[in-house]
Amino acid sequence: MINQSLKNLSQLLASKAVSSVEMTQTFLDRIRQYNPDINAYITVDEEKSLAQAKAADANIAAGTATTLTGIPFAQKDIFCAKDWKTTCGSKMLENFIAPYDAHVITQFNNVGAVNLGKTNMDEFAMGSSNETSYFGGVKNPWDLTRVPGGSSGGSAAAVAARLCAAATGTDTGGSIRQPASLCGFTGLKPTYGLVSRYGMIAFASSLDQAGPMAKSAEDCALMMNVMAGFDARDSTSLNHLKEDYTAQLNQPLAGLKVGLPKEYFADGLDGDVAKVIETAIAEYKKLGAEFVDISLPNASLSIPVYYVLAPAEASSNLSRYDGVRYGHRAEEYDDLMEMYMKSRAEGFGEEVKRRILIGTYVLSAGYYDAYYLKAQKIRHLIAEDFKAAFKQCDIIMGPTVPSTAFKTGEKTGDPIAMYLQDIYTIATNLAGLPGMSVPAGFSHDLPVGLQIIGNYFDEARMLNVAHAYQQVTDWHTAMPKGIA
Amino acid sequence: MEWEVVIGLETHTQLKTKTKIFSGASTAYGAEPNTQACEVSIALPGVLPVLNKEAVQCAIKFGLAIDAEIAPRSVFARKNYFYPDLPKGYQISQFELPVVGKGKVTIQVPAVGKNEAYEKVINITRAHLEEDAGKSVHGALEGMSGIDLNRAGTPLLEIVTEPDMRSAAEAVAYAKKLHELVQWIGICDGNMQEGSFRCDVNVSVRPKGTTELGTRREIKNLNSFKFMQQAIAYETQWQIDTLEDGGKIQQATVLFNPDTGETRAMRSKEEANDYRYFPDPDLLPLEITEADKAAVRAEMSELPEAMKARFESEYALSAYDASTLTSSKEVADYFERVIHAGGDAKLAANWVMGGVTAKLNAEDKSIADSPIDAAALAQLIRRIADGTISNNAAKQVFEAMWSGESDVDAIIEAKGLKQVSDTGAIEAMIDEVLSANQSMVEEFKAGKEKAFNALVGQIMKASKGTANPAQVNVILKEKLSK
Repeated sequence: MINQSLKNLSQLLASKAVSSVEMTQTFLDRIRQYNPDINAYITVDEEKSLAQAKAADANIAAGTATTLTGIPFAQKDIFCAKDWKTTCGSKMLENFIAPYDAHVITQFNNVGAVNLGKTNMDEFAMGSSNETSYFGGVKNPWDLTRVPGGSSGGSAAAVAARLCAAATGTDTGGSIRQPASLCGFTGLKPTYGLVSRYGMIAFASSLDQAGPMAKSAEDCALMMNVMAGFDARDSTSLNHLKEDYTAQLNQPLAGLKVGLPKEYFADGLDGDVAKVIETAIAEYKKLGAEFVDISLPNASLSIPVYYVLAPAEASSNLSRYDGVRYGHRAEEYDDLMEMYMKSRAEGFGEEVKRRILIGTYVLSAGYYDAYYLKAQKIRHLIAEDFKAAFKQCDIIMGPTVPSTAFKTGEKTGDPIAMYLQDIYTIATNLAGLPGMSVPAGFSHDLPVGLQIIGNYFDEARMLNVAHAYQQVTDWHTAMPKGIA
Repeated sequence: MEWEVVIGLETHTQLKTKTKIFSGASTAYGAEPNTQACEVSIALPGVLPVLNKEAVQCAIKFGLAIDAEIAPRSVFARKNYFYPDLPKGYQISQFELPVVGKGKVTIQVPAVGKNEAYEKVINITRAHLEEDAGKSVHGALEGMSGIDLNRAGTPLLEIVTEPDMRSAAEAVAYAKKLHELVQWIGICDGNMQEGSFRCDVNVSVRPKGTTELGTRREIKNLNSFKFMQQAIAYETQWQIDTLEDGGKIQQATVLFNPDTGETRAMRSKEEANDYRYFPDPDLLPLEITEADKAAVRAEMSELPEAMKARFESEYALSAYDASTLTSSKEVADYFERVIHAGGDAKLAANWVMGGVTAKLNAEDKSIADSPIDAAALAQLIRRIADGTISNNAAKQVFEAMWSGESDVDAIIEAKGLKQVSDTGAIEAMIDEVLSANQSMVEEFKAGKEKAFNALVGQIMKASKGTANPAQVNVILKEKLSK
């Protein structure tokens, strides 16, 4: 059952071969068994999950179920879920119990899906290895000495180790796609504005986007049907016509024009990863896709631009954690200023503090024009690069990450090396474009992801491109050894 | 040396919307602490702002009322600072691109002593939308400070002038005019006690005749016109004294203490925050189309300037009278109701600006509380116009009406104030007065013109003010020339 697609799980439930309570219990048992080693979940509440499963079974019995009713999902701990501890991976929110549901949580609740628990993540989604979590690092199920990627590392490990049917994640600079690549599954970051950010704890508001993390493109499509949609509570939510993301899955790829950005195959790309990507390209050629060389001339500026803009927004977004109304407050302080300083010094980890400092600096009087404004201008240029590229092709392909999963602790002392993990993913966030990572093979027994970038609102087409590939390859069905 | 004071105002007007500027929480005043603090007001993790369209309409109304540029595209920005009553750690405001640009407000500065009343145009630099903070509550809890977030997120329109005012009187006249205007167009309830209209006043001084601006100090949060007058007067003198003593003015924020009548610096600008403004990524730029403006305009009643022009042309009033009568919508409406009830325009203007206003001021009342309604005043004016009573008698009737009597004719009857226009009766009265005042008659005939007026006075007195003065004049002249 644990390897079944969402469609098959849905059929098992509909045919009453398995109840939602049984299915939920199966995953809860696996969490008990594997989570102590993997640390994918921060919060599991069996009672709450089983109550939802019971309600789902009643829906199924009453004939009011829809496709995802009764299926257990893991939710990244960045989404506020009513009555659930919602920590965002931080000591600051260690004891914060959300009094309301994020839009994404509401959407899953509305279709009667089961919340299996809240998954581990880099603190406030700042990190590429899940090592900045206050609740301890997550282990990569493919090799427990390695990181799962981040920031959605808990969701990633949960999907890879089959500790859920599928999971949600968020992606600000690659936080869905990079862990999907490192843990060998399918992850999609939708067009900015397609999934409401309401109740999703903000890191960098103009870049944050929620998306599905699942075993296949088809599973992602089914989740997108639930997650996407206009929400008046998010002013940046786009009023895009509701789509059925499964509708185009089986379109033939003949004539598909795929662009290969030369910048994504330059220095810095691991040779073995490059080979995997080349093999995937060959597979796509067999499916009828045509390839063209393209250029994204400003892509190399993505990381510096991102590390000005994202910290700038974060420094302001994280100001609300001041110990006044909720969250961590220092035990002892003499005055207000000391309460602020101690609460924040104690409540935030090192990477979060680093980004708050960077962000505060680039917004300061005298530096704003040189950093923030200039970065905004380059951000615009990067978006223009993609606009020009999409005149030459329908889809862009390349590696998701320059290498495979690295060892725990390998990059923690070198923030710049860590930041380079997102070198191929960040540009799409800056442009607001959708991006995917699809399992495409292995290098030394570690998964390698193929990145698929689409034009705005081209999620259905991207899912089609990924699905077609998954019909002729089986990389996405591979399971980590030692996980049964 | 002769000094000149230079004053500019920043006014926070609380907009009269039902809900907060970025959430659906109520803005009603006076509720139990934190009962109007929704998840957005508290700034829980994950919440997002959604702009209240009603607040935008208020801003458009104001822009139209001061004939300002209304930005087709304006931007909300975050003003970052830490304060316990600022739940997000930043205030959503507008910085580089405000919704309302340059405009104008015409003020009437009242006569003071030898100085005559005059009109002046005050230039508005900008007006922008922003959210209010909550309140810190001290003393309610033993050893702790409380935070009440009911007010957090209440919509404000901050209206900023150029440094155009040159006296406390001008600053107060502007503040009063603005106070009336925002109520006139219905965007603010004007309640200064509840903080709906708060002024920050920037004051600097310079040697008269120079053009360079002196260093300013900002007097914060003045919530009465009286305090504003006092605070500016004190601050101006303090700055002049400081400079004349060879001191320098440091840019600073100061508070006015109503008990001592003094201003005192609360913090110098060197210690001020760097607010790290940047566009709020949670909100799209605010776009306002010509159609949006037209829709708001269509809903607005006549603006004071238009009404003033109409009063001049329609009722043949002087510019000064027209602008005085349109200084408040309530007064203007009262005045027009008097006319519609049949009162002569010129007389109505005189009575509203004179007797009625004097009484209201003396009793610190607004025209809505006037014991004499427009119809009753119109009736009184009709009796003056048709010669039933003299102006003097009308004053007595007015006093009676103010004390609660309502029927004009009954008062005239009861007090015997009906004007005597019967020639025979007047002649009889004159004859009586002349025979009793022969010496005055002699004086007049000897060329003393003043004696004539004295005789008229005696005749009016004899008639208890009821004799028609015009007739008295004519008949007396005739009799004396014989």
